[in-house]
Amino acid sequence: MSTAAPRRGFPTRSARFPSVTGAPTSLALTLVRALALFLGALSLAVTLWTGLEERGTALAFGLLIALGELTRWSGAEERETAPLGAAGALSYALLGAQAGQPTHHGAAQVVAVVTAAALLGCVPHVAGGRGPTLDHLTRRVLTVGFAAVCFQPLYNQGRFHGWSGPAYALLLVALLVLTALCDAVLAAAMAHSRTRWPFGPLLRDELRSMLGIGSAVCATGAVMSLAVAVVGLWALPVFSLPLLLTQLSFRRYAGVRVTYRQTIASLARATEIAGYTPAGHARRVAVLSSAVGRELGLSEPDLTVLEYAALMHDIGQLSLVDPVPAGATAVLPAEEQRRIALLGGAVVRQTGVDAEVAVVVERQADPYREQPVTARIVRAVNAYEELAREAGPGGTLTALEKLRLATARDYQPEVVESLARVLARGGLTLPQAG
Amino acid sequence: MGSVPAWARVYVACVVLGALVCLVPLPDLHVPWWVVTLLAALYAGCERIPLPRGPRAAGASGREAPKGMGSFLPVLLAGAFLLPPAAAALVALPGALLARVEQRPRWLRRIWRAAQLAVAIWAASRVHRALGGRSAVVEPHFPQALVPAGAAVLTFCLVLTVLDGGILALAERVPVRGAWRGLFARSLAPVAVHGLAGLMMAVLWRSPYGPVAALLVLLPMYVSCWVFAQYHRERAAHQATIRALVQAVDIKDGYTRGHSERVGQASMMIARELGMDDERVEVLRFAGILHDVGKLGVPTRLLRKDGPLTPEERRVIELHPEYGHEMVRGIGFLGEARSAILHHHERLDGSGYPYGLVGGQIPEFARVVAVADAFDAMTSTRSYRRARPVPAALEELERCAGAQFDPGMVRALARALSRQGWHPAVTADNGVYPPAPSVSGRLEGHPT
Repeated sequence: MSTAAPRRGFPTRSARFPSVTGAPTSLALTLVRALALFLGALSLAVTLWTGLEERGTALAFGLLIALGELTRWSGAEERETAPLGAAGALSYALLGAQAGQPTHHGAAQVVAVVTAAALLGCVPHVAGGRGPTLDHLTRRVLTVGFAAVCFQPLYNQGRFHGWSGPAYALLLVALLVLTALCDAVLAAAMAHSRTRWPFGPLLRDELRSMLGIGSAVCATGAVMSLAVAVVGLWALPVFSLPLLLTQLSFRRYAGVRVTYRQTIASLARATEIAGYTPAGHARRVAVLSSAVGRELGLSEPDLTVLEYAALMHDIGQLSLVDPVPAGATAVLPAEEQRRIALLGGAVVRQTGVDAEVAVVVERQADPYREQPVTARIVRAVNAYEELAREAGPGGTLTALEKLRLATARDYQPEVVESLARVLARGGLTLPQAG
Repeated sequence: MGSVPAWARVYVACVVLGALVCLVPLPDLHVPWWVVTLLAALYAGCERIPLPRGPRAAGASGREAPKGMGSFLPVLLAGAFLLPPAAAALVALPGALLARVEQRPRWLRRIWRAAQLAVAIWAASRVHRALGGRSAVVEPHFPQALVPAGAAVLTFCLVLTVLDGGILALAERVPVRGAWRGLFARSLAPVAVHGLAGLMMAVLWRSPYGPVAALLVLLPMYVSCWVFAQYHRERAAHQATIRALVQAVDIKDGYTRGHSERVGQASMMIARELGMDDERVEVLRFAGILHDVGKLGVPTRLLRKDGPLTPEERRVIELHPEYGHEMVRGIGFLGEARSAILHHHERLDGSGYPYGLVGGQIPEFARVVAVADAFDAMTSTRSYRRARPVPAALEELERCAGAQFDPGMVRALARALSRQGWHPAVTADNGVYPPAPSVSGRLEGHPT
């Protein structure tokens, strides 16, 4: 099944990752990038000055890392998009011996090789304009630098000579776990300064994703470095293949997720095509709801539920004989709203999405105290969207005022305030009707 | 399988006997028993770890997500590389007997699987030893060590294929040729990758770093399987969503119930007959299933109207291809199917809608769907007339070929029907995907 990007229509990226414009690059982000640049340049200079140790090994690892970067895919959501490159870089950072002979390369050489190879592997991506390359490189250089600085100086001083085999293997694992933790903190900090979403939930999501591909990368890094120590460089191609399999699985998973999201969005457009709701309504509610969910610190799975529910919140109207005027459900009597919501839940249950999505759609018209938090968000954002559209240009404040007046029963005050903050921050590029 | 044929039971009994013969030399063996125990426990653990399951709604359609597969093969193969044949065969037994089995009869399936794996592993280990693999693991010399390992993987795969094909032929009455065809080629690539992981495991096990390092090999394999199960879950959910789209049309346009699936099926038959590759066949089936999705945009009153339509009402209904195209244009994987949805009412002589395209201007997929659509409309019962028999419908299609339909497509449909007959899915509840023949459920479920 091919998952070619659509030529026009919906953006391929999910509503959870809206393009943020107008936000100046923060100082922290600039500092981190400068640090990575400094580290990379310094290591390259030192390595050029002192010359390469064990050129063959450096070349082989460099090739592997460059290859890994070449096969990187540009999924917006996946945490680690080049697992092979990451595993190769980490295993070089923790390489202590090759085919039984100790190696002598230092931390500077590790960072230099990784930087050069990653830069080389990034060329096609930059040329094709795919993916956020700069931050990816920054993270790679800093993470590998950390692992190499922790390990190589100590190893080269002979501190680990007395260690038995299994203890040494466990040491590598411990170092990798530490590196992964640092990487998660770094990634969350970078995402935080880029998007200004709250730091805590971002870190939690990063840590959660470590259990998935992160653990596979770390284990592969450790295995590769140990296997090279036993059998030499042949271990690299032999063990790259299983990791490629993992990478392929992730890719297919990412692909089907994209397709699935597109299909859900199409289903959501059914009400628009049928003339029940204004064009682009579902999409705008989804984008705003996701932003509010982020702001309130929801977790990734909750955000997915929220996005799908927001896209399909009006689907119950398909079962109506006569369209509601302008599709505006927020002004209908409560009973009628609840009936449409239940009809919608029935349709959503057939779609095979998470049952939680159906629950959100069903309960979107309930008073907020009886709703799950995702349904509260959908309810408030939907009402805001309809009211603001009605009020015409400059209707934002009017609509927010109306929502605030109804916070006793219908809308949760915290959600409305979060919505106000998201709107005040601006910068969210909402897709216009179409 | 509901009841198991007697011959299949005899076959299973023979393989069990073979497995027992493989285990006979066990009491005389001098092997490190803790290695056998550890590997067996590991394998049993891998088999018992649950993978994410498909959502309830998707269970009825599509393939089941393969469960518990894959992550254990490196353990078994590492056993084959590390241990004497009989001991390696023993490693497979506890896990296979404890495995989760969904379908009945459970115990027969478990025993079959244990016996099959034991025989295959025994053969693989035997070949590995014969080619001098033992010393290649203890003192690894790459790339020479790859030769016995490769031969062992080939043997393992071959034995599994032969045994699997036999049980398919006997128990599920699949024709023998069909049972074996593709089974080997499909399973070789994943087994080879797992073989490499197994080799790495065996080498690390014997290295100074010991079993701890070997266990690390399993982690990426497990993550890979876990993600793959997730992929299946998501795919099933996606199928259900497409079905929901079709059902939404059915709600509005009651009398065409099941029409969409049948058009998808007929489109697929034509596509196969034209020799399209699998991916395009799949896309064309979606084109057939979704061709009328634009009817969601047409007022229900018009769709359900009995009696003749006014010209204006006709014009409104004729907007449905454009509505449909508008709806699905954001779904990337549909590709060519989107043009088929837009143009399935064009006619070869240019009198169709929406654009009045002529002959070759009409996309190929649209020409296929047009024939399939007309064929199913004629052969199903509508409120205003009875269904026509298949030959009469074909005759009518041939009469209109050239002016309305592409003669090539009509001929392809006729050929396909004469060979396979017309067995449309009866209800709309049938999956969007016909259930693929689930072969062993273990090997085929791999992304390679």
